[in-house]
Amino acid sequence: MSQSRNIAAVRDGAMLGGHGISATKSRTGSDSHMKHYSAFAVAREALRYHTGWERAWRSPEPKKRYDVVIVGAGGHGLATAYYLGKNYGIQNVAVIEKGWLGGGNTGRNTTIIRSNYLQDPSAAIYEKARSLYETMSQDLNYNVMFSPRGVMMLAQTQHEIRGYKRTAHANALQGVKTEWISPERVKELVPIINLHGPRYPVLGALWQERGGTARHDAVAWGYARACSAMGMDIIQQCEVTGVRREGGQVVGVDTTKGSIDCGKLGVVVAGHSGQLAEMAGFRLPVEALALQALVSEPIKPCMDVVVMANTVHGYMSQSDKGEMVIGGGTDGFNNFTQRGSFHHIEETVRALVETFPMISRLKMLRQWGGIVDMTGDRSPIISKTPLGGCFINCGWGTGGFKAIPGSGWAMAQLMATGHSPLAEAFSLDRFKEGRFIDESVAAGVAH
Amino acid sequence: MLILTCPYCGVEADETELAAGGEAHLKRFGPGSSDEELHGYLFTRENPKGVHLERWRHASGCGKWFHAARCTATLEVFGTYKAQVSGPPQEIRDAISAKRPGWSWREFS
Ligand SMILES: Cc1cc2nc3c(=O)[nH]c(=O)nc-3n(C[C@H](O)[C@H](O)[C@H](O)COP(=O)(O)OP(=O)(O)OC[C@H]3O[C@@H](n4cnc5c(N)ncnc54)[C@H](O)[C@@H]3O)c2cc1C
Ligand SMILES: [Zn+2]
Repeated sequence: MSQSRNIAAVRDGAMLGGHGISATKSRTGSDSHMKHYSAFAVAREALRYHTGWERAWRSPEPKKRYDVVIVGAGGHGLATAYYLGKNYGIQNVAVIEKGWLGGGNTGRNTTIIRSNYLQDPSAAIYEKARSLYETMSQDLNYNVMFSPRGVMMLAQTQHEIRGYKRTAHANALQGVKTEWISPERVKELVPIINLHGPRYPVLGALWQERGGTARHDAVAWGYARACSAMGMDIIQQCEVTGVRREGGQVVGVDTTKGSIDCGKLGVVVAGHSGQLAEMAGFRLPVEALALQALVSEPIKPCMDVVVMANTVHGYMSQSDKGEMVIGGGTDGFNNFTQRGSFHHIEETVRALVETFPMISRLKMLRQWGGIVDMTGDRSPIISKTPLGGCFINCGWGTGGFKAIPGSGWAMAQLMATGHSPLAEAFSLDRFKEGRFIDESVAAGVAH
Repeated sequence: MLILTCPYCGVEADETELAAGGEAHLKRFGPGSSDEELHGYLFTRENPKGVHLERWRHASGCGKWFHAARCTATLEVFGTYKAQVSGPPQEIRDAISAKRPGWSWREFS
C-alpha cells in the first residue's frame, strides 16, 4: 500500500510540478480543495487511465496585498508558510519564488537528516525537525520517503574519538538518541567499509539510529500542496527586486510581477540572503559559497546507512535508484554560479576511495552545485531584523535540509507571535553579543 | 577551474595552486573601536553578487599574498594586483569599468 501511495505522490508531484513552472493559471477562488492521495485514489485514477489527477498546487497571479509575504519557495520558506497556516491560522499568505519551487538548495542537497549536534539550541531545533520528519508523509498526505536508515559519523583520529564521545554524552543530556559504536559494529552495519585504511583507520563512530534521508523535492512539493490547499498563493517565476519601507516598517515588496503589499515579510532565500538584506536596508554576517555533490552510476544495494567521514571531508549514502550519493566540503571562494571547481569533487572522492575501495570502480553520473549561505559559527539565523515587520531565516549553509520542518515551525512562531523559544538563540544579534553557537565541529563536513 | 595570474612571479596559477583569503582591503578594528566597528570587521563581510575584491595566496607557488578583482556571478576575472595597496590601482578599476560600467564595491568605484 505504501508503495502505491509512493508512486501516486511522486508521479503526481513530478508531472504537475513540472507543468507548474511555465503555466500560469488564474485563481478561480474555490479550487483550494485538495484531493486526498491514497491507494484507493490510485486505483480510481487507474480506471480512467490516470487522466483525472489534478495539479498539486495552484499557479495564481499575485493579489494586491497579503498579511504575510514569504520570499523564497525552498523548504524553509514553504514550511514557514505551512506552519503559519496550520499552527496560527494565518492563511492570507503568499510565497514568492524567482525560479521554480524547490529549485534552490532544497532540490540540490544530499538529503541527510540527523540531530546529533553538540550545542543545546542546535539539538533542540534539529531534533524537533527530525521528529517532524517521522510523521511528515502522514501530516502532509504526501510521501516524502523519510528513510530513518541510520546516520554514522566515523571517527578516524584520536581527536575525533574524544569529540564524538563528548557529543554522545551531550546528546544523552539533550534527549537525542545517539551512541558511540566500536569499529566492529561499524563493519557489521557497513560491510563495504575498509576499517584499516593506511592514513585514516576507522576507530569507531557516532551512530544515530533514527537519522536518515528523505526525498528532497517531495518535501518542497508536499508543503507546497498543503499550503495551496489552505488557500495560500505560491507565485513562481517572480523575483523580488525591492523591499518597500515606511517609517522603519516593511510595507511591501517590488517584484517582476508588480508590487505586492504585506503586513509582515519573511526572507528565506538561502544564498541570496545578503541581496535581500541589502534591499531591506541591513547587513548580514553571511557569505555565499558553492557546495557541490555528485552521484555515481546506479548499482545494486550495497550500503543501507548514511556514512559521514568528517576528517577526510566526504560522506556517502545510496539512493533508492542505486546511485551512490556523495558530497564534501564547500568550495573556497564567494560564488553565485551554482557550479563549483572540479578539483573539489576529486578531493572528496580521492579521500572516500580509501575508506570505500569499491567506489574506485564506479563512474560518476552527475555532479552539481548549490549556493550555500555560510555564517561564522556555522549555525543558522532565525530572527527579527532592524526593519520592523521583516524577519529573516538563513545561514543554514551546508546543512539545512534536515532542519526544514523545525525551522519552519520556529519561524512561523516568531512571525506570528513575536517570540519563539526554538529560535531565540539563533537571533541576528548573537554575533555582536558573542553568543556563538559553535557547530563547526558537529558540522565538520558539509552535509 | 579558476586561473589567476600571480602579480609577483607572473605564473598563471590554477586554483589548485592557490588559497582563497576572503575579502580584500579590510580595515582592522581593535581596542578602542565601537561595538559596531568591531562587529563589522569581524563578521559582516562584503558578499556581492557581482564585482568582488578579494585576497588570494599563491600557496603552492611563490607563497605570496595578492589581490584579485573577480565577478562572483560569472567567475570572470578582471585582474590581479599586488598586496601592498589599500585599494585597487587605477588600471584594475578601469578594467572593471570596461566590463561593468557603474560598478561599486564598498568605497571603491
Ligand atoms: C550540494 C548540497 C548538499 C547538501 N546536503 C545537505 C544534507 O545532506 N543535509 C542537509 O541537512 N542539508 C544539506 N544541504 C543544505 C540544504 O540544502 C540547505 O540548507 C537547505 O536546502 C536550504 O533551504 P532554503 O529553503 O533555506 O533555501 P533554498 O532551497 O535555496 O530556497 C531559497 C529560494 O529562494 C529563492 N530566491 C532567492 N532570491 C530570490 C528573490 N530575489 N526573489 C524570489 N525568490 C528568491 C531561490 O530561487 C530559492 O528557490 C546541502 C546543500 C547543497 C548545496
Ligand atoms: Zn606567485
